[in-house]
Amino acid sequence: MKFGVIQFPGSCDEVDALAAAARVGEAALLWHGDRDLRGADAIIVPGGFSYGDYLRAGAIARFAPVMESVIAFARDGGLVLGICNGFQVLCEAGLLPGALLGNANRRFTSRQVALRVERADTPFTRTCAPGARLSIPAKHACGRYYADELTLDALQARGQVVLRYAPGHNFNGSLRDIAGVCNEAGNVLGLMPHPEHAVDELVGGSADGLALFQSIARTPQAPAAGGVGAGAG
Amino acid sequence: MRARVLIRPKAGILDPQGEAVKRALPALGFDGVGDVRVGRLVELDVADPAQLQAMCEKLLANPLVEDYELQLLDGSA
Amino acid sequence: MSASSRAAVTPTVEDAIALGLTAAEYELVCAKQGGRAPNQVELAMYSLLWSEHCAYKHSKRLLRTLPTEGEHVVMGPGENAGAVDVGGGLVCAFKVESHNHPSAVEPFQGAATGVGGILRDIFALGARPIAVLDSLRFGELSSARSRYLLDGAVSGIGHYGNSVGVPTVGGEVYFEAPYEHNCLVNAMALGLASREQLVRSAAVGVGNLVVLFGASTGRDGIGGASVLASAELGAAGGAQADRRPSVQVGDPFEEKKLLECSLALLARGLVVSLQDLGAAGLTSAASEMASKGGVGIDLDIARVPLREPGMEAFEVMVSESQERMLCVVAPGDLEDVLALCARWEVNGAAIGEVTAAGRLRVLDGDRVLADMPVSGLVDECPLYDLRPVRPRRALYAPPPATIDRDAGARETLLALLASPNIASRRELFERYDAIVQSRTVRRPEQADAAVLALPDGGALAASIDGNGRRVAADPYTGTVAAVLECVSNLACVGAEPLGTTNNLNFGNPEKGHVAWQLSESVRGLGDACRALGAPIVGGNVSLYNEGPEGPIYPTPVIGMVGRLPDARRAGQTGFPAAGCAIALVGPFAPSLAASELSKLRGDELPDGLGAIDLAAVGAAQVALREAVRAGAVASAHDIAEGGLAVALAECCAAGGVGAEVALGEDVAPGASLLQTLFGEGAGGFVVSGEEPRLGELAGAVDVRLIGAAGGEQLRIERRGELIAVALSELVAAREALGRVIA
Repeated sequence: MKFGVIQFPGSCDEVDALAAAARVGEAALLWHGDRDLRGADAIIVPGGFSYGDYLRAGAIARFAPVMESVIAFARDGGLVLGICNGFQVLCEAGLLPGALLGNANRRFTSRQVALRVERADTPFTRTCAPGARLSIPAKHACGRYYADELTLDALQARGQVVLRYAPGHNFNGSLRDIAGVCNEAGNVLGLMPHPEHAVDELVGGSADGLALFQSIARTPQAPAAGGVGAGAG
Repeated sequence: MRARVLIRPKAGILDPQGEAVKRALPALGFDGVGDVRVGRLVELDVADPAQLQAMCEKLLANPLVEDYELQLLDGSA
Repeated sequence: MSASSRAAVTPTVEDAIALGLTAAEYELVCAKQGGRAPNQVELAMYSLLWSEHCAYKHSKRLLRTLPTEGEHVVMGPGENAGAVDVGGGLVCAFKVESHNHPSAVEPFQGAATGVGGILRDIFALGARPIAVLDSLRFGELSSARSRYLLDGAVSGIGHYGNSVGVPTVGGEVYFEAPYEHNCLVNAMALGLASREQLVRSAAVGVGNLVVLFGASTGRDGIGGASVLASAELGAAGGAQADRRPSVQVGDPFEEKKLLECSLALLARGLVVSLQDLGAAGLTSAASEMASKGGVGIDLDIARVPLREPGMEAFEVMVSESQERMLCVVAPGDLEDVLALCARWEVNGAAIGEVTAAGRLRVLDGDRVLADMPVSGLVDECPLYDLRPVRPRRALYAPPPATIDRDAGARETLLALLASPNIASRRELFERYDAIVQSRTVRRPEQADAAVLALPDGGALAASIDGNGRRVAADPYTGTVAAVLECVSNLACVGAEPLGTTNNLNFGNPEKGHVAWQLSESVRGLGDACRALGAPIVGGNVSLYNEGPEGPIYPTPVIGMVGRLPDARRAGQTGFPAAGCAIALVGPFAPSLAASELSKLRGDELPDGLGAIDLAAVGAAQVALREAVRAGAVASAHDIAEGGLAVALAECCAAGGVGAEVALGEDVAPGASLLQTLFGEGAGGFVVSGEEPRLGELAGAVDVRLIGAAGGEQLRIERRGELIAVALSELVAAREALGRVIA
């Protein structure tokens, strides 16, 4: 399984995502200015502060040349995981429903949180037990998940809520305690907490996040991605 | 042409910054402060004002959660 | 865009004085200029480079007495940061710097740009920044202004560090009245590089190009130098003051791009030397590069990318716009350098040349606007000897009492745990990303020092410590204690110190009592660092921190980096489980003098502190460090503010378990109950583990078994008296900061 980790100006956790993905497969960085996805089977849009979070978090990154290819890749059924800033980018790009707003406590908050696996039959959670409790760090200022009531009901009904904050662990005010959602087709997941920072007990006391990467690695591969404008040779 | 875009959180969406300002003003002795919304201002020089709406829809605002208001700074809105 | 430059009137000695030079210094400048008065640009540059902040006029002679050499030292004082060898072919570059005065004006930007500046010092050496620690001091939290400054500073540090992707892994914050009008914001950063990657700042290679890259240059920070502005510049209207903001505004996104660009340039071998622009902007960066290389530099301000039109030459030279670096590049590499800058979306421009002449010249195209000898600017600023006078009266008013002298032990314990200097800092450190870059083995409040994993299985440890009140009571001993505190924190995680950085925060050194505080403190710093084998590799001095009420507490802030061989054996603060035996280890001679309890009681500062047995404390630190490394102890916590009872409570809170403790006569024999429980002093540790393994320590250091972890309470018995506090009550008391500043 080849992971492509996008690198925007201002991305910070791409290095960590790269290391996490490398534990379960091959992983390479994909420069924001290149449309070539270099044969990646799964794309990770990482955490950080792309373009300084200027205007709105993810608002500018979603127009990067590489994102044209990622959007096409996703529409073709390719696996895309958006973490924190990556989740924000995917919502801005319309690949996921809803938006991430400023935390209800108006503060950047960094805390280990407990998540509940609501759907264990997605490519991202297939190695988890349904209802499993994952200990994963979250660190963000704009993580409050919002969608209007109709959309929220639909997400619930269609099983698109993949991860929820356990009771008492929702510090950002996300509606319905939503921590991670997938698209209708189930091939794109966005979550605010950072699974790439929970892959080694030595640096955080929890390796629960590794399950997401292992799940992706065990998903039967879609045809390799070339990307918009690539593959001329 | 100089244009100004005012961007606000949509009504009905929790605005914690607005809430904070609403609490802080009376604490400083200002009474009678009602609803407060905190948003963003973008000012730009544009060659073709007809493009402003598309700019707002595509980049400057997130229409899912924000409303925007356009002002052309020669007086017209 | 060419900056506007005019044939201005030659400044006078009055102008020089307005810029902060003395009349005598002005005469010296004239002499350096070959007997002629300096022009506007030249005077601006001399006034900055000869300021206390840049030249260390009152402290340099004193700093030369400090120990700077050691077996692990790779780069000592004098470069952008110091560096120590950490094994595996890697070096750790680190340094602490202050941004006190800007933070008092605008705490968010002051603290943010302080972090930005120290990060640039690290990557200017070619090291990737891997961690930040911060040391903050404000007035009492009862003051709205202090709450405002605290909130702004912590938010600023978080905003900048988080956005650049460097974890903030530790720090300290204190609240004392003497800092009310002069807050302290000291930022420390660490970076990692392979030994070959380390780059120096000396400009070399006559004919090489000087390239400025990063953000554009605006009017940030010009403030004080604006007296030099030509009167006619008012053409734009009356808003002249607005055009020269005194606050520097930081852009961490720009810094992140600058950091990646700098490291990429170095990785491709495209730069000969590198220097960051900090205080005094282009002036100090260019002159220091030239001075270290023994060369000259010509700069053409017409080629500097400007943020605003119509900037004067002196403005371009003294601008403190953030996020800029200067490098020296071989002419054949310029195209590749500019291409890399473009890839990282930062400005890049060749603005000058390295010359043989030993002169720093500022040009506008062909016209020479300023011409100064490099050595005159950088190395020949007059240095002053301090004239210390031991104060004969108390310098600091006693704080208001917040606890009754006859309050019982239980009430006292809860009051101390809730006091702002001791309570949990969770409310603050949760605003920091402590884990980005995936190295953090111990996060804030998990252990006595931050621990960061190294690729070879070992780990770095880092701590930053100070105690202004103790140093005010006794500058020599108080400073020794601060150094010991740092080494003790490292020992608790199993680390041996490799090197030290220090930030000296003092009042006006021209006053005898402050000069005395400074000299005694530096004497203590030197003695302690020598004795403990932790040489100084770099640091910073911040003077003139005083107001009408007098100076701040003399506050040397000590930062240390250490190494432990096995990251998996990093120590932790909290008792790990019920059943662990608890021991008091090391010399334990608690005293209430200058302690947190004496502060709560509203006591005057004592005149002097008891002498510290440096050898005994040092031996205890070594023994503990070895025990942690061997896995012989399950937890270790240094006894510091609040004394033994507070340390026990902190171990319980961190471990989520109570403890049953009995203090026999082998613990502080003869001391009263309150002195035993809350007295302070270097050398004691609370340690837990299996009883037989704790016993093994006894050969090397005093070990007194005092109880075991377990239950839902902290129970301490001493001479028949029992203090019992529920674990939940301890935890709630420690959350006090959150109630004051949320």
